Amino acid sequence: MNSAESAVLKVEGLSKSFGGIHAVSDVNFELARGELLALIGPNGAGKTTCFNMLMGQLRPSSGNVYLNGEKITGQKPRRIWRKGVGRTFQITGTYQSMTVIENIQMALISHHRRLFSLRPYATRLYREEAMQLLELVGMSEQAERACAILAYGDLKRLELAIALCHEPTLLLMDEPTAGMAPSERIALMQLTADIVQERNISVLFTEHDMDVVFAHAHRLMVLNRGELIANGTVEEIRNDAVVQEVYLGGGSLFAAGDTHA
Amino acid sequence: MGLFIAQLLTGLANAATLFLVASGLSLIFGVTRIVNFAHGSFYMLGAFVGYSLMQVLPGAIGFWASVLLTGLVVGLIGVIVEVLVLRPVYKAPELFQLVATFGVILVIQDLALMIWGAEDLLGPRAPGLKGVVRIMDEPVPLYDLALIAITPFVLFALWYLISRTRIGVLVRAATQDREMVAALGVNQSWLFTGVFFLGAGLAGLGGAIQLPKGGADLLMDFNILAAIFVVVVIGGMGSLPGAYIAAVLISVLNVFGVSYLPQSTLVLMYIVMAIVLTVRPYGLLGREEVVGEHGQVGEPERPIKPAGTKARVMVAVMLMALLALPLADSHFLVILTTDIIIFCLFAASLHFLLGLGGLVSFGHAAYFGGGAYAAGLLVVHVNAPMELAFVLAPLGAGLAAFIIGWLCLRLTGVYFAMLTLALAQLLWSLVFQWDEFTGGDDGLVDIWPAAWLSEANSYFYFTVIVGVGGILLLRHVAHSPFGYALRASRDSQRQAEATGINTKRIQWMAFTMAGALAGVAGALFVFSKGSVFPNELEITKSFDGLIVVFLGGVKTLSGGVVGAASLELVKDYLTRIEYWRLALGLLIIVVVVLAPNGIVGSLRKAWERLRGTPADEPSTTAPVALTSASAGTQESER
Amino acid sequence: MLELSGVNSFYGKAHILRDLGFSINAGEVVSLLGRNGAGKTTTVKSIMQLVKPEKGSVIFDGVELTRLPTHRVAKLGIGYVPEERRIFTDLTISENLEVGRQPPRPGVYSWTQQTLFDLFPNLAERRSNRGKALSGGEQQMLSIARTLMGNPRLLLLDEPSEGIAPVIVEQMAHTILKLKAEGLPVLLSEQNLHFARMVSDRAIIIEGGLKKFDGTFAELEAQPEIRDAYLSV
Repeated sequence: MNSAESAVLKVEGLSKSFGGIHAVSDVNFELARGELLALIGPNGAGKTTCFNMLMGQLRPSSGNVYLNGEKITGQKPRRIWRKGVGRTFQITGTYQSMTVIENIQMALISHHRRLFSLRPYATRLYREEAMQLLELVGMSEQAERACAILAYGDLKRLELAIALCHEPTLLLMDEPTAGMAPSERIALMQLTADIVQERNISVLFTEHDMDVVFAHAHRLMVLNRGELIANGTVEEIRNDAVVQEVYLGGGSLFAAGDTHA
Repeated sequence: MGLFIAQLLTGLANAATLFLVASGLSLIFGVTRIVNFAHGSFYMLGAFVGYSLMQVLPGAIGFWASVLLTGLVVGLIGVIVEVLVLRPVYKAPELFQLVATFGVILVIQDLALMIWGAEDLLGPRAPGLKGVVRIMDEPVPLYDLALIAITPFVLFALWYLISRTRIGVLVRAATQDREMVAALGVNQSWLFTGVFFLGAGLAGLGGAIQLPKGGADLLMDFNILAAIFVVVVIGGMGSLPGAYIAAVLISVLNVFGVSYLPQSTLVLMYIVMAIVLTVRPYGLLGREEVVGEHGQVGEPERPIKPAGTKARVMVAVMLMALLALPLADSHFLVILTTDIIIFCLFAASLHFLLGLGGLVSFGHAAYFGGGAYAAGLLVVHVNAPMELAFVLAPLGAGLAAFIIGWLCLRLTGVYFAMLTLALAQLLWSLVFQWDEFTGGDDGLVDIWPAAWLSEANSYFYFTVIVGVGGILLLRHVAHSPFGYALRASRDSQRQAEATGINTKRIQWMAFTMAGALAGVAGALFVFSKGSVFPNELEITKSFDGLIVVFLGGVKTLSGGVVGAASLELVKDYLTRIEYWRLALGLLIIVVVVLAPNGIVGSLRKAWERLRGTPADEPSTTAPVALTSASAGTQESER
Repeated sequence: MLELSGVNSFYGKAHILRDLGFSINAGEVVSLLGRNGAGKTTTVKSIMQLVKPEKGSVIFDGVELTRLPTHRVAKLGIGYVPEERRIFTDLTISENLEVGRQPPRPGVYSWTQQTLFDLFPNLAERRSNRGKALSGGEQQMLSIARTLMGNPRLLLLDEPSEGIAPVIVEQMAHTILKLKAEGLPVLLSEQNLHFARMVSDRAIIIEGGLKKFDGTFAELEAQPEIRDAYLSV
């Protein structure tokens, strides 16, 4: 898995500095088709910055990002989305004034390039397609509820469905289970893993909950102070001395392996 | 050379007033986040109060004491306004307060009329500074030199207050994070009131200090409003030195404009602003505005649904009733209804932008007046038939909106709003000053409908069809994919961009469309009146639109139309009494205080309470406020 | 000295705290534990009246806080250090401290800029720098120092260790222990169990806005099932 053609995502020397501070420096990795890759690291390690550069929200100071061999560095988020990258956010960004199904329909309208259409009514467009997606994430009963009153876990599932609207080859998920109850977390990641396997999608996700990471990730990368310090299987990472030190715990205060209570 | 220097000095002297007033506006906005439309009124009050005080207090000491006392008095009036009018509405959705400040404008206008009368008052000369000195053979008034000397001290004093005293530290801290300041034990309401006192006082000082160069009249409030907005925008929101530089720039340019380009003095200011903002979008010394992004604060808008059968029948019945109106055989009623429909269309187009798009335009009159003038000019200059003029008017207005929208949409929040206002004023000043083409102040007259519409009631039917048609079109668009994309761009720009929506382009098209429909309203207007004057493009017209949209309810589809119809009806009734502005202003303030969700929104809430059925049961763990507009904030745990 | 009883708080329409009650005694450092979304921040904000509880009471030294505006709560001597630190980035360090300054309070240690610079030496060097030039750890220090300028009688620290380098967290633990030695009671909302255990006497665990545990750390160790259920490792 070392040629750019076979990798869905290839990142080369990605760096970002804000006013002299290196938020991310020289990150290199590849992501294969169908792979679930977790990016972990302490808060402030640069995970979100990294994500924002992959999705085009931030322009890298240097380095390149290739999607299926094509350079996408610095392109706008909406272009990258068109090329087949779906994204979910750490803080959900669903459309609060719309119903659940309308949120999906909105993304489908964009997918079908009907954004500037004046006919017909948006609520009548792609309803069945939207319903199928909602069924996929188990939210069809809530289709007509206002998004503003959804439970947080449901918002996260809705966001996953939205991210699938453009039939992506790659999903970027920033802390997909943050703020959810443990049972919900496992369920959401299981759902993601199933969908990913069925559709042969690659996933890159950040996560704090090690249970989720260890249970679902095929491979892990550890970011610390903007640098990738480890890249390997769950077993390898668990036994990596450096990772133990900076993330999973070390030093007087963090004697045991459970930093995050 | 001598003339040049003399003009430069005049410009610098004029900058004193502009700076004082603008810095107050900037301070108030910085801390309270209120765009204080009534700031021009404080300035006007300053002139009147100063005038009266100068009548009583004699001599040079009396003069300067009057100036200072005026600052104090107007500052206290500002405190009264803040406590009585604004405190109750701080919690209302963002920008809703500006409706309240508009009510204040009306109230102050009539109070000034009651107290000082309608006559323009000529300001007294400053004792001891009545003469002129000759600088390179050019006469320069001593008072101008005094003003030039004083302003830097005022700037310094303000700068010292803001950057070196505890009060200043608190003000700056509150500008950034009011809630945190409160959590550290500082009484915010006291701070707000203090800033209002200071801001209003500065405006009052500005009004008093310009008396020897001008005077006091009832138009001063609006006359300075556009200029101070421009100064604040050019200087950069919240920057005192920026405000000073901008005030000097504008004043000096104005003086030179008067001598060398007398036809374009007004335009010049807006051109400078457009250039500055093209190079530096947040003003000369301003910083990127993060607060007040596009989008809505508070409870999100409810999901919208296409009208059901019941609603459609109701609309049809109302339409029938409208068409049957001429049977009542009241010419007055027909005219009034025509006016209302036209205003409703104008308001609906603004509501489309403001409600669905979250784009607060302070200068929507540009497209209404623009449409009216486009039609009028075609008729007057090329003798175009009404039908052609009627088709080209919305295109003209749409084109203006297309260009202005492109310029403004590079900015967000209050900068966006201010720039829309300034560019609208640019259009107004063009019309106002380009006498030979637009007729200037005399307007365009003799613009009548085609023969087939000249029958007494036929133009009314035409208005009903076109006006109501336009409103229904906007409603239809709200439900269309485009309308949804517009709301998506407002709800979460980040999510929209991450799912392939070019939010800027969507907003740009919406801006253009709203402009074109306001142009339709303008065309309807010009042929119904037979004439058009520059005031159709003016700030007040834009504000009228804003008021009705906010009063009607931003977060309801019908808010604009309902607000417009209500206000026109009330206005028609109130204008029959002498002090109708006072009455209307008070009414607006009362509505704002009692119904912060607007008329439609508040009625809907009341109705739901009556029936005891909230729209949907809240779910147990839904973090409603989590996805509020600010995408940049850290996720906070609840 | 602080007593919450039957507190119910909402965030928008979401019911976050459900009949929450606990107390903090003089001189005590208490940790409020629970995972993301458990209601820790809302608890702290409900004490500060930044979130108004719909039901229940919060009593501080005999004064009912729920009827007071936030600034009055602060004036009574409750110091609040928010989760996001919320320092004034455009103000210098000295000015940030100035915002927090309150008159001396009888019976409480009176802080000055100088004594705080002694406590946080790395802030002293940078006193004329603007807040935005500080690192995350320094911002956290400044946020604490700013609150101490109000000479609080009770300190509320909301997730002080979040996103901070372990070295700084260790420093902060020592700072809290110093404050404790001065007799300042602290309510600490935390996810970092080790940090919490190091500085505090007692742990309160909440989940879904309900109190699930209230006792010493020794008691908590004895009930690993509670730890596993509510503090996912």
